Amino acid sequence: MAKKGSALVIPLVSITLGFALGAVVLLATGRNPAAMFLALFQGFSGVNVSAGSFNPRYIGEFIIQSMPIILTGLSVGFAFRVGLFNIGAEGQFLAGSMGAIAAALWVKAPPGIHVVLVLLAAMAAGGLWGAIPGYLKARFNVHEVVMTIMMNYVALNLNNLLIVDVFGSADRIKTAMFPASALLRDPALSALTNGSRLNWGFVPVLLAVVAFWFVIDKTAFGYSLRAVGFNKDAAEYAGMKVNRNIVLSMIIAGAFAGLAGAVLTVGTFNYGRALPAMEGYGMDGIAVALVGGNAAIGIFLSGLLFGMLKAAQPLMQSQGIPKDIASIIQASIVLFVAMKHGIDFLIRKIGARKRAEEVSEALI
Amino acid sequence: MPSRQVGPCYNNPVPYIIEMLDIVKNFPGVRANDNITLRVEQGSIHALLGENGAGKSTLMSILFGLYQPESGSIRVRGREVKITDPNAANALGIGMVHQHFKLVHNFTVTENIILGLEPRSGLAIDRKKAAARVRELSELYGLNVDSEAKIEDISVGMQQRVEILKMLYRDAEILIFDEPTAVLTPQEIHELMQIMRRLVGEGKTVLLITHKLKEIKEVARTCTILRRGRLVATVSVESASEESMAEMMVGREVDFHVDKAPAMPGDVALSIRHLNVRNAKGLLGVKDLSLELRAGEILGLCGIDGNGQTELVRAITGLAEIESGSILLKGRELAGMSVKGRLDLGLGHIPEDRHKHGLVLDFRLDENLVVHSYGRRPFSRRGVLDSGAVRANAERLIAEFDVRCGEGGATPTRAMSGGNQQKAIVAREIDRSPEAFVIAQPTRGLDVGAIEYIHKRIIGERDKGKAILLVSLELDEILDISDRIAVIYNGEIVGAVQASETNEYELGLMMSGSKRQAA
Repeated sequence: MAKKGSALVIPLVSITLGFALGAVVLLATGRNPAAMFLALFQGFSGVNVSAGSFNPRYIGEFIIQSMPIILTGLSVGFAFRVGLFNIGAEGQFLAGSMGAIAAALWVKAPPGIHVVLVLLAAMAAGGLWGAIPGYLKARFNVHEVVMTIMMNYVALNLNNLLIVDVFGSADRIKTAMFPASALLRDPALSALTNGSRLNWGFVPVLLAVVAFWFVIDKTAFGYSLRAVGFNKDAAEYAGMKVNRNIVLSMIIAGAFAGLAGAVLTVGTFNYGRALPAMEGYGMDGIAVALVGGNAAIGIFLSGLLFGMLKAAQPLMQSQGIPKDIASIIQASIVLFVAMKHGIDFLIRKIGARKRAEEVSEALI
Repeated sequence: MPSRQVGPCYNNPVPYIIEMLDIVKNFPGVRANDNITLRVEQGSIHALLGENGAGKSTLMSILFGLYQPESGSIRVRGREVKITDPNAANALGIGMVHQHFKLVHNFTVTENIILGLEPRSGLAIDRKKAAARVRELSELYGLNVDSEAKIEDISVGMQQRVEILKMLYRDAEILIFDEPTAVLTPQEIHELMQIMRRLVGEGKTVLLITHKLKEIKEVARTCTILRRGRLVATVSVESASEESMAEMMVGREVDFHVDKAPAMPGDVALSIRHLNVRNAKGLLGVKDLSLELRAGEILGLCGIDGNGQTELVRAITGLAEIESGSILLKGRELAGMSVKGRLDLGLGHIPEDRHKHGLVLDFRLDENLVVHSYGRRPFSRRGVLDSGAVRANAERLIAEFDVRCGEGGATPTRAMSGGNQQKAIVAREIDRSPEAFVIAQPTRGLDVGAIEYIHKRIIGERDKGKAILLVSLELDEILDISDRIAVIYNGEIVGAVQASETNEYELGLMMSGSKRQAA
């Protein structure tokens, strides 16, 4: 059994190694890694060290990039705690987006209430999209990985079909603009960050992080979910409703991803979009959950990390650093986390050598 | 780093094959081995006796290279060695049969044995040569293993022999057996003892980790006794009595005799009528079985493993669906009722497989002690867990049942020894004090002190008027604490007798299907 500290050590070592690898790639291709680190720093702090300037717009964009992947990370992480591998956050995200579009276009409600209805509709739609593989898993033992991957494609094509044929689109790419009452946007937030797309989406994101932590770690329901995740047989023996928990956890996971769809659709954008391909928010969620150790605070932090990498890409390009470096870093961090046993082994080896040296010094 | 002689020097003219000198090993919160010295003579069976958590497995894991000691030295054949990992142990001729076998289930016996050391002809595996070598070893040591059978098709006892063959195939000279009889039937135990003698006869050395005194008395030459991480004594088995060894192990006098008043059976608590249950293969594992269990009695169900006990227990407790028949608990039909419904109605269950059903190994100990009651007061209020109440519950049960764990309720369950895991389950279930209590293999893998205690608690529950169905493969256990005994053979009850009016011999005949007797 790993010690408490290692839950933190492995991701930190992996992140360090990931950045180091990115730097090595830059060095090998004759570029200066310092420029990359400066771009990354500017990406989340807004401070341009070399020019000595500060632009809060970058902070706003950094938060914008982080919000949806924190939510899809929570989606993947929540299912994982119940022993399910939710590859379907992508599809649930799209389902949530569809729910948000429907509520934004079709529901008339006063400002403040309308946007809440939009978020709830998105969570319901995402939850429904998660419920289907959850039910099939519980009832017929259909593997959730296969099922959720297929559901992603169904969601993508359903989204495009609805945009054109149901919600209505003049250019076959986007719907009409949403009414202001449905939006998370706020000119004040935008002004605060020098015209960034920052919006009130961070409120539901923070609430979702707290809800994840509270449900999983603090409630009796969360206890039974974790029991099912660790050992289904023991959960069944103890009289827990294993199948019900599987379905509920997929609904909740879907609701998190659905919320991400809403945050993007009525926050970052203000219209529904037809998509040529999946945008990868769900897939990023897998990486976020993995690096975050499937815990609320971990997912929050790793979501910020990957958000920073995304936000810094244009900056890196302007510095002559290929933006793909950010993807290399992101991928290698995930890879290193997945190699946690190897890293654990290395840490222990180094630790053992240190101890041996101390012992031999003490003997001299 | 140059190796340095630390501590006193040892010079021994006796040909010890293994010497472990002044071994110290710490785990968080526990000193598992405190200055233990173990010397094993070549060509002998050396037993390592101790309660759960006494440090036996730790010591052997150090010898096998799984742990590194904080201090102390190891000599093999007189030469000081550093055993950094199991490969180094193998290279020194040390092999280990683990309590939980490490076999590939859909491979054949031969494939499992040669895994990692396959004889080749060109690029292909030389199967003929491999099979021939396996057969040769099997015959030499009287193991009687079918080299072409698949692991999933052979019995647990056979699987253990495959593990033994694996070591022999790797030319192991020193064989460590970690609680080898915990999973075996009486017959298989007897055969294993023969095999051990044969191994020693061929010049091998056997290290036997166990807490079963009978077995030590039967085969071992020397016995080293550990208690709470410390060396108590190393004795010659011939000159030591079972009682004296038990006393050294537990640190007090052990009462082998189970004291109990005659049962005062009350009303029928659990009634099973014409029950049929299918097993995992889809065949009838329980056939037209009828049983009655009264309040205030212990009904022992004995039989050879795989004769329908598992299916019966699962049907009663709701883990398997029944084919037909009825199970009545206090007059209420259980068939079709949820597991939770049955538990709430007053059913208790100590499962036979503690890792699969009994515990969530990745939970902390305190979390495992509330798996039934987490949703109720005081452990949760309005759906929110009260971690203080969960911890307090754990502290209480740990103290009452003497569950040994390094970090109290916060101990990761996976890190606990098997015996203490079982104690935790027993503590949790007895604490629920159910009306009808299905107890399967309650003391498997436990030491005498713990067995004595658990038996007392089971009898205590009976005296409180609870109905107890005890399912066990240990005949001694059945005979010691049951009031009535039912024998299951091939899914049917072939006999039901009063415990006071039967003996091992009669039960043995019924267990093998050669005698039937109605109550």
